[in-house]
Order: sequence, then structure tokens, then C-alpha cells
Amino acid sequence: MSVQSAKYASKSAIGVSRVRRPKEGAGFGPPRKAASARRFSRPTTWGGWAILAVCCIAAAFMLVPVYVIIATALSGGTSAPSFFLAFPDRPSLDAFKGAWQQLHGSLINSLQITVPAAAISCLIGSLNGYLLSKFPFRGSNALFTILLVGMFIPFQAVIIPVFQFLNMLHLQGSILGVTIVHIIYGIPITTLIFRNYYEGIPSAIVEAAAIDGAGIWKTFTHVMLPLSMPGFVVAAIFQITNIWNDFLFGFILTSPAAWPATVSLNNMIGTTTVNYAQLMAGAVLVAAPTVLVYLFLGRYFVRGLTAGSVK
Amino acid sequence: MTAPVIDRAWLRRRPAATIPHGVKTSRRARLIFAPSLLVSFLFVYVFIGITGYISLSNWKVGTSPDLSLRQPFGATYGEIVGEQRFQADYRNVIIFTAVFLVLAIVGGLVAALFIHHVAIGKSLFRTVFLLPYALSFIVTGVVWRWIFAPSTGINVFLKAIGIQNPPGWTTDPSIVGAVNSIDIGSPLKIQLGIPVALLPIIFAAAWQLVGFAMAMYLAGLASIPEEHLEAASVDGANAWQRLRHIVLPQLWPSTITCFVLLLHVALKIFDLVVAMSGSGPGFVTDVPGIYIYNYLTSRYDKASAMALILLGLTLLVVVPYLIRGYRRERKA
Repeated sequence: MSVQSAKYASKSAIGVSRVRRPKEGAGFGPPRKAASARRFSRPTTWGGWAILAVCCIAAAFMLVPVYVIIATALSGGTSAPSFFLAFPDRPSLDAFKGAWQQLHGSLINSLQITVPAAAISCLIGSLNGYLLSKFPFRGSNALFTILLVGMFIPFQAVIIPVFQFLNMLHLQGSILGVTIVHIIYGIPITTLIFRNYYEGIPSAIVEAAAIDGAGIWKTFTHVMLPLSMPGFVVAAIFQITNIWNDFLFGFILTSPAAWPATVSLNNMIGTTTVNYAQLMAGAVLVAAPTVLVYLFLGRYFVRGLTAGSVK
Repeated sequence: MTAPVIDRAWLRRRPAATIPHGVKTSRRARLIFAPSLLVSFLFVYVFIGITGYISLSNWKVGTSPDLSLRQPFGATYGEIVGEQRFQADYRNVIIFTAVFLVLAIVGGLVAALFIHHVAIGKSLFRTVFLLPYALSFIVTGVVWRWIFAPSTGINVFLKAIGIQNPPGWTTDPSIVGAVNSIDIGSPLKIQLGIPVALLPIIFAAAWQLVGFAMAMYLAGLASIPEEHLEAASVDGANAWQRLRHIVLPQLWPSTITCFVLLLHVALKIFDLVVAMSGSGPGFVTDVPGIYIYNYLTSRYDKASAMALILLGLTLLVVVPYLIRGYRRERKA
């Protein structure tokens, strides 16, 4: 009996959660899928080749803008290549130097906003998710649904009060102010992700801890948090991408000294003569962090994506 | 990170009442959850209420609010609804949403079906399709703006293959299918139809989000029980029949999710348009998000009224979806 329970527990530890159950969620990589893939591509060999060909063409098409960014960025200091699909004759990194000069300050701002905002909203979300999944109280589901609305509102509908509120606290225009705002509006989504994640961890663990005399807090810090790593990775990636890519809050709630990278990049268009090579190099710099996160941790990225949808 | 071992046999021997999930615990859980709920309540519901009040007030701009109610009641709404820009915004956002949803959802479904059945390189294709989703709308906008710029990008190519007057893309003020000849009456100040300039933006948005739909559909495809497909094959169903009668019906939940989440993205669309074209000539690419953003420096009341209309539209879609999720949870 105990062996079986231990197996369940360790399964949760590697991240089997509600989100990953094939029925409901991401389900990338359950063994079943491989079988069904074989079944469909089996009928005729040329059919399989046709599918492959279509996929290759579609993928190449999807990558055209990515190629355009890189080719243009490498085209050097002054002018872009005349034809937008031509690769520059003499690729150079000059444009990156210029873009870095214009953007490095705001890239650091973005970093200063993103890291604490993502970390704190994840911590709060994990605590909430734990409570909602392991200690549901009367009305907790309804309250959770009310909380979730905050995930979907257009932020324009609250931006004036937020602006005035930060003004009242003398935080308007500062990095701290926009960080706090990101934390607060991040709570619904992180709570959702962690709630789904913790539902995959057997309640028996919590009950056992309770019998051993651990209260809500102690169970959280000593039992749940050590099992939470995969949940934190998913939620953190989701929050890091969202906050890094934000534009609205960044533009309205910060002064030029605290502008995040997206705002500074957008302002590079505003100048009368646009240096396209530099603009594209800037786009590469702004996109790089989230793209790298996606390329290296794609699995978790997708899981966050599917966790972000209410079922 | 070793998981605690639980002797469940021992656990079962105890009467359920001693497992401390009682009144005290639940009060404590409520207490810990309360701050998040209160903060969200303030920042979402109270702030929306304040925005609503501002939309009814005389507060134009600045830090010293003029909170007297505007007379007659709700006059700001009347004022903006009659504007050419307001009407253009909602024409644009409706067309944007409709075309974008079709492109992204159908595109995502087709991509998922192909990628699900491709023999090799599955994860590579998945990665490529979802890559744009990792980008900021501003980055996407900057890139597509250049590709669709009238004198660079794609038009250089079109000129090279002999097209003398390539399209102006986002700078084109024309409206396809515009009702010109008929006098539609004085309250309507715009031409109904499809603004040409909106199409490149829709295209860019679909490029960015088609991977999201694909990911949802791939998750749905992976959850279809293998036995169903096998049984159908044994019964002699061909690939098309299996797709039509087994796969597509089971993908319905993924479609609903995509529909709601993408619709909500489309209604809120803002950064992408800012980076690609702004308002455009004659507001052909203006959207409510940009309207609000522009009036944040001059007319709080107008910006608030517009924001509330936009919020209403969004909630019209999202609230039924959230309630559906809540009901399902209760049943489960």
C-alpha cells in the first residue's frame, strides 16, 4: 500500500497535474499519441510524404518574418537590403551596437520589473492554489471564479484608477509602481495555474501531514513547496513572458527613465527616418529573452498556455 | 526531493472526523486567501466601478478630479457613440475579430491535424508554429510593419515581378464593399465594409496566435481515445470519415477554448496596431484600445466610457465561459 502511494507522490513530484492529464490539458507526449500518429500516417507512404511536405512548407512560411528580422538586423549600420528576402552581402553586427545603445537602459528596466513581479505573483499564486485545491471552503469555487475575471478584463478599463492610485502613493512613473501592478494582475492566472497543478498532488499527503500535527502553513512550507518545482517553472515562464511582453502598463505607468524595453522599441519607430537595420536589431534584443525561454523550456511554456485556459 | 510515504491503510482505520479539515482549518484557509481576494476586488471590481463613475462625470484630465456628474446623465456615451471615430473603431474591431478568428482557428486546426500525423520532426514543427506566441505584440508589429511598408518589404518584390502599382497595405484608406450610393441615415458617419488597411494587421495577428490554437488542438487530439479510431477503422471508415465523425466532434472543447480566448485577445487588440499603423488614414485601422489610449491624455470621461463599452463586450464572452467552467467543476 505504502509503495503505491509513494509512487503516486513521486509522480506528482515530476509534474503530473490536472493540467497534464491527457483528457484535459497539454498532453504533449503521452505514449498513446505516438500510436495514433503512426496509425494515421500509415495508410500510404506518399500520403505520409505529402503531410511532411505540407508541414515543411507551412513551417518555412511561418519563419519568413523571423528570417526578415535577422537578415535586416545583420544588414549593417545604414541601410537595409533592397529586397526584403535578400540576405545582406556583408553581414555585420553594427546595427546591434546602435540598438543596444538605445535599448540597454530599458532592457535593464524590463528585467527589474519582470523578475520580482513574476517571482512574487508566483509565490502568492502557489499559496492561493494550495488553499483552493487542498482546503476548499464554502464558496471557495465561486470566489475563485470571481477572482478569475481579473485575468480577462481589458486593462484599459482600470488604467485611470490605477494611474491615480499610484499617484496617491507617489509611485507613479517608477519601476516599483509598475511592478506592483503586474503582481496584482498576475494573481488570478498564477492562482489558476497552481490550483490545477496541486489538484494533481494527492490530498493524502496533506492529510498525512495534518495527522502528524502540521497546520496549513507548515504543510505548505514543508510538504507542498518541496513538491512545487514544476508548478513554479510553468507559472514563472507564463508570468515572465506576459510581463516582459507588456506594453500598456509599461507605457502609461512609467516615466521615460523607467520605460520597459517594449516601449522603447516602439519609440524607435516614431523617429522621422527609421533605421530599419537598427530597429530590427532592437526587435531581436527585446524578443531574445522570451524566445530563449521558449526554446529551452518549451514544454513548460505549452503547459502554462493550456493551464491558462479555464476548462 | 523525496515524497513522503503515506500508510493509507492506517489512515483508513481512523474515523474521518479526526482528519482536521474542520471549521478551524477552513476559517484559516479563508483568512489566508482573503488578502488576494481583497486586492483583486479593489483593483478589478472597485476600479472598474471608478472608471464607470468617471465615464459619467465631468472629469476631463489631471490629478484634481472634477467628480460632478455630467448633465444630462450619460451624455459622454451619447457623445462618443455619435463620433465617426467610435463607429469606425467598432466596425474595425468586429471585422478584425471575425476574420482573425477564422484564420487563427481554422489555421490552428489544420496545422494541428497535419502536425499530429506527421511522421518525423513533429516537435520541430510544433516549436516553429508556436514560436511567434513567445514574442511581444510590439516586436511582431515592428516586423510586420516593415514587411508591409509601402516602399520597402513585400512591395519591392511585387515591383520586381512587374506589378506597377503595388498595394499601400496599412496606408490604404479604401473600404471594400462600402455602402456608398445608399444614404444610410445621419447617425451613421462611416462606410460599412472591410477596411483594406486592416488586412495586414489581421494577418500579423493570425501569424502570432495560430500556434496558440494549434497547441490547444494538439492537446485535444492527444486526448482522443485510440480505441475509437481503431473501432471506426475496423468498421471500414476512411480517414475523412474518421475525421468528420470522431476527431472533429471530440475537438469541440478545444474549439470553445480557442474561440473565447482568441476573441478576448481580438477585442483587446492594441499593441500590435500601435506598432503597425496607429489609427491609420480616416481611422481605418483604429481600434477601441487605441481610442482609449489617445484620450488618456485629454479626456478621462471619454476614455472611461469607451473602456466600459469594451469591457462589457469582453465580459459578454468571458463570463459565460467562466460560469461554464465553474459549473463543470461543481459537477466533477
